[in-house]
Amino acid sequence: MLEVNNLHVDLEEEDKTILKGVDLKVEAGKVHAIMGPNGSGKSTLSYVLSGKDGYEVTGGSATLGGEDILEMEPEERAAAGLFLAFQYPVEIPGVGNMTFLRTAVNAQRKARGEEELSAADFLKEVRAKAKTLKIDADMLKRPVNVGFSGGEKKRNEILQMAMLEPKMCILDETDSGLDVDAMKLVAEGVNALRDEGRGFLVITHYQRLLDHIKPDVVHIMANGRIVKTGGPELALEVENNGYADILAEVA
Amino acid sequence: MAQTQKKFDTTASRLDGVSLPECGAWSRNARDAALARVREMGLPDRRDEYWKYTRPDTLTQTDAPEAAFFDGDESEHYADVDRLKIVFVDGVFDVEASDNLALEGVKIDRLCAADQSDIHWAKEIYGVLEERGQTPVERPLAALNTALACDGILIHATGEVSKPINLIYYHKSTSSDAILHHVIKLDKGADLTVLENGPAAARFNKVMEVEVADGASFHHIRKQGRDHERRAVTHIFARLGEKSSFKSFTLTANGVLTRNECVIELTGDDAIAHVAGAAVGDGDFHHDDTVFITHDAERCESRQVFKKVLRNGATGVFQGKILVKEGAQKTDGYQISQSLLLDEDSQFLAKPELEIYADDVVCSHGSTSGAINEDGLFYLRARGIPRPIATDLLTLAFLAEAVEEVEDEILREDIVARLTGWLERRRG
Repeated sequence: MLEVNNLHVDLEEEDKTILKGVDLKVEAGKVHAIMGPNGSGKSTLSYVLSGKDGYEVTGGSATLGGEDILEMEPEERAAAGLFLAFQYPVEIPGVGNMTFLRTAVNAQRKARGEEELSAADFLKEVRAKAKTLKIDADMLKRPVNVGFSGGEKKRNEILQMAMLEPKMCILDETDSGLDVDAMKLVAEGVNALRDEGRGFLVITHYQRLLDHIKPDVVHIMANGRIVKTGGPELALEVENNGYADILAEVA
Repeated sequence: MAQTQKKFDTTASRLDGVSLPECGAWSRNARDAALARVREMGLPDRRDEYWKYTRPDTLTQTDAPEAAFFDGDESEHYADVDRLKIVFVDGVFDVEASDNLALEGVKIDRLCAADQSDIHWAKEIYGVLEERGQTPVERPLAALNTALACDGILIHATGEVSKPINLIYYHKSTSSDAILHHVIKLDKGADLTVLENGPAAARFNKVMEVEVADGASFHHIRKQGRDHERRAVTHIFARLGEKSSFKSFTLTANGVLTRNECVIELTGDDAIAHVAGAAVGDGDFHHDDTVFITHDAERCESRQVFKKVLRNGATGVFQGKILVKEGAQKTDGYQISQSLLLDEDSQFLAKPELEIYADDVVCSHGSTSGAINEDGLFYLRARGIPRPIATDLLTLAFLAEAVEEVEDEILREDIVARLTGWLERRRG
């Protein structure tokens, strides 16, 4: 599904290298987790894959279903099936959540040559999906993320994911700023979307999210590289001993 | 002094050729007095404090600069609203296209007819509110209008007016120079909506004087048309009585020169004045909102909400003032002027002013100019929304605070649709 080979990335504004050869392969139907200390390049990886400005790819490749995504505009990557759940979802005053969702769903369908959803069909679908995420009608009407609590923002991300039905989901520290109940709700939303045809890349600092979204593979990222890969037990090791032991081991 | 003398010489030579319309005593007196005001003030030039950002020369010169008119297809304005239509073509009343000027709750006359009589109710307002509005800031082009206006509509609302009055201004000649002067009087408790649309002429000078008596409500929506080359200077002078309400919104898309002035006096306690505008333009678009609101009574509320979207070197100007007089306690004044600059060539010049002589008031004002929010843009694009559509969404969102000042949903949606159309026609 998602293949990243020897990816090197610099920050455009500062002469600084963030990713120094990332290799990663997420298969359809699998959940991969990336853990790592602050500044290891986890969020940069998610931004580069989704096409945010400000980064320069100096080497390597990234493909989604065999297609080179690094040359695509962010909206083309989204239409190709990539989804990034933001660590800090952006507030957009003046744009209604519903308008936003519908514009996004239909823009992607149009880009893929599919028919746009009618207003009635869209409404039916969004209401059903919002309900399972405990998103009420008021949240759907309000401007995108404006005045939402941390938990509401993250649930709103998952609702977008559910509506857009991407092939490859990247969750960037989705657990940050969430209490246990909110995290459970978000995890349930994610688990409901687990599917044979869909890959997940879950970026997190902590093991606790992985108690709820059980990963198939866990990677440890440090200093711009993936330094160790293993099963779910690797996350437990981090939880118990921190990163120091692993980093010392691979150094 | 040499400059001042030059200004008066220029004014004198500009006025040399003018002749006042034939009219009866009340109108003659008002026009003579207005002409004297113009001579005394002199026509504006660039050295005037309130004309620093906008060049007045094409507005003051004798002949109107030529202006092509928009001739494309355009959906009918206010089509879904049952309304009384009054049509002017290049500033000339079109009797064929206009409805019968009879409507329940209101008496409507044309200025050029009322002019001929020796007495008319409009005497109490015509040129009177304009003259009051000349202090402390001079507005010579409004006085010039009072002196020279050939026509206009005089509306006296005595109760709840059964439907809105729609003033429609077509522009069909490249050299037309229109001067219209409307007078609107709302009796105690009356309720009136005036809708305006159209560019009116190659050059348009319009004054609207509005007297809102105690407990009356005046609603005003204006759309200044799609012509790009036209020039317009417009003034609204309003005086508000106790518990009255005045709400005005203007949509301006295109126009090489627009100066919209709005001068409001809150003279009765608990009155409300809201003035808002959304302006979008590109290239040599120049749009100037100049607003002066005077609080001279207790517990009045005023809001100024002006938003501009500027592209390809367009210029936006905002000069807005709240004056709170001594004794105008519990005043609630709000003013916001913002521009969205879609490129680095465009500019926004803003002069917000507060002058307060009462000690128990709440007044806030803010002015900003900025580009499209990159984080918001990326967020929308990351969800699959292509850049041009995402940019338009954020642009409409920027304008929303001003557009939301239009309370009527049908009218508001029409404004949004026209803004959307304007943006769509410019998608790269």
